[in-house]
Amino acid sequence: MWKALENISAFYANPTRFMNLAARLHAPLWGLALCVLAYGLFRALTVPEDYQQGETVKIMFVHVPAAWMALFGYSFIFAASVTALIFRHPLGHVAARAAAPIGATFTLIALVTGSLWGQPMWGTWWVWDARLTSMLVLLFIYLGYIAIWQAIDEPTRAARTAALLAVVGFINVPIVKFSVDWWNTLHQPASVSRLARPALHADFLYPLLIMGVGFLLLFFALTLTRMQMEILRQKLRTRRMLGQ
Amino acid sequence: MSVFWALCRQHMVLAWRGGHTTLAVAFLFIGVTLMPFGLGPELALLQALAPGLLWVVLVMTLLTSLDRVFQADYEDGSLDQMMLMPLPLEFVVLAKLLGHYIALVVPLLLAVPLAGLLLNLAPAHLPMLLLAMAAGSPALVLLGGIGASLAVSVRRGGLLTVLLSLPFYVPVMIFGAGATQQALAGEIDATRLAILCLFSLASLLAAPVAMAAALRNAVR
Amino acid sequence: MPKPQKKFLPVPYAKPADLQLAGVACTRGMRRLFEGVSFRLKAGDGLALYGPNGSGKTSLLRQIAGFLPLAAGTLSIADKAPYGVHFMGHADALKNALSVGETLAFEAALWGAPKAKDPLLDTDRWLTHLGLEGRAWQAVGDLSAGQRRRLALAKLCLAPRPIWLLDEPMTALDEAGRHLVNALAGAHLAAGGVLVASSHVPLDFTTDALTLGAAA
Repeated sequence: MWKALENISAFYANPTRFMNLAARLHAPLWGLALCVLAYGLFRALTVPEDYQQGETVKIMFVHVPAAWMALFGYSFIFAASVTALIFRHPLGHVAARAAAPIGATFTLIALVTGSLWGQPMWGTWWVWDARLTSMLVLLFIYLGYIAIWQAIDEPTRAARTAALLAVVGFINVPIVKFSVDWWNTLHQPASVSRLARPALHADFLYPLLIMGVGFLLLFFALTLTRMQMEILRQKLRTRRMLGQ
Repeated sequence: MSVFWALCRQHMVLAWRGGHTTLAVAFLFIGVTLMPFGLGPELALLQALAPGLLWVVLVMTLLTSLDRVFQADYEDGSLDQMMLMPLPLEFVVLAKLLGHYIALVVPLLLAVPLAGLLLNLAPAHLPMLLLAMAAGSPALVLLGGIGASLAVSVRRGGLLTVLLSLPFYVPVMIFGAGATQQALAGEIDATRLAILCLFSLASLLAAPVAMAAALRNAVR
Repeated sequence: MPKPQKKFLPVPYAKPADLQLAGVACTRGMRRLFEGVSFRLKAGDGLALYGPNGSGKTSLLRQIAGFLPLAAGTLSIADKAPYGVHFMGHADALKNALSVGETLAFEAALWGAPKAKDPLLDTDRWLTHLGLEGRAWQAVGDLSAGQRRRLALAKLCLAPRPIWLLDEPMTALDEAGRHLVNALAGAHLAAGGVLVASSHVPLDFTTDALTLGAAA
């Protein structure tokens, strides 16, 4: 099983093979992602009004999946970086780099929608709520990761340094989460944490899950497109270098 | 082992000669001096905010001093030599950070009580403040060292070091400032102190490995 | 010019050096710098590396030092004990804020040289060897480029290591300085060491030569 996985990954380590696969996957993946998102949005917009929150509850269908994708995105970067570091799989670096701005954007969406959602309840645009605060720190972790790719001009060194940062940053995420939760419960005993709803009614749950799947597909579609772009850019650079 | 101490001593001598120690202590005081201008001179307000302010200023001072900790070595070729020393790179890095700690962080900690008095902390609050900082500062230096080693090959890596290190500083800040805040209420917060020590210990074990990996990557 | 004293390398190296490269290749970025580099150096062998700028001389030295990974091929060093290598690069790894004497003392301690009582650490003697007599109190930052180079050479002898990798050792040195390099390298080889030195000028002390990037 492991061997088979290794063989498959070795097969697609070749950028040309990967590009062939990506070209074939590209259209179906985008199509599926858009269909699921459209259906999810339709379901989300037609849910019954929440007796407490009214229409604003619909922000949840963007906010919660975006927050999921923010965490998933960083886990994806971590997994891709580990693959690149341990198996010396060059596509790992490409995948991690491609996913970073996407994950950061999802984090930003989660922050903005969280703020929009909370505004009517809190009466202010920003509250140092435990979840929002953790999300904000996660955004900085993303920004650091993106910055290191930009700051180091030698591509191989940048790739390895960024991968290292992804690994140590990944260890940091749960520690930040734990600390922020601790800090928050002490400072705001009766937290207005309506963002965490104990039990969701099925009317809300299914659209939410559909949106989650839609966001996941969108994440992969975007990442795949960015990976294709990155490989093309590398090819172009090589060609320029050799052609001069 | 003598190599370890020689490295540590060299780093201390260089930090002292380069004026880094004086600069860091001055930076701390300037940071604290700015606070009343920003917040107003009411002593009660300053006292209430003092623990947080002192931690923020300490963190900023540390980060500005840490960004050059490996970069000077990267630029003058010493980093290459550090790879070949009769001591694993993990310990070489540790020796340098210990030198950094003794030459910069200890003087800063000694300056903190005076800075605290400027913010209307009573002498009774100071032992707990110092204890919390002593427990948390090794983690700050070691985690900042990770940021510095990742940014080592970036020519003007100061801001990058800060951006990379700050997410790692969040937990230490939370527990450090929290413990100090409790001291204002006259309580000794053993839990937070223990967690701070745990952070320091964990970074002592993990950070040198990460730093050595980042530095090996930088000389390639 | 002061006469270099006769014996400034401590003793013949405990184990004879043996450095072997087979089919070594190097890639920087997406460029293959060289491939198929093979040679073997035994005690007393010194290899000169020639080649135009960018042919990969420094990269090969850094590969042997263990800084750069091999893109292909194998590298073996007989005495597996780590830290058996001295590398002298373009950057001299000197700290401007230290004095010349301090630099020597620190270098001796950093490289695990024998204790300070050892005559090896007789600073004055060292300074005389290096042509820097009377400068023990001078700051390294005030030295000229050639004088810095001489000081950097000291490290090679402070800790005995059987393999020396010298990247353009003659840079910035005057005639006396070049004699110094020749004398040090000669003593090193006579003691059973090996060395690889890159250069743009012919070297006197090497026994063999390799030209990189000749075909390109």
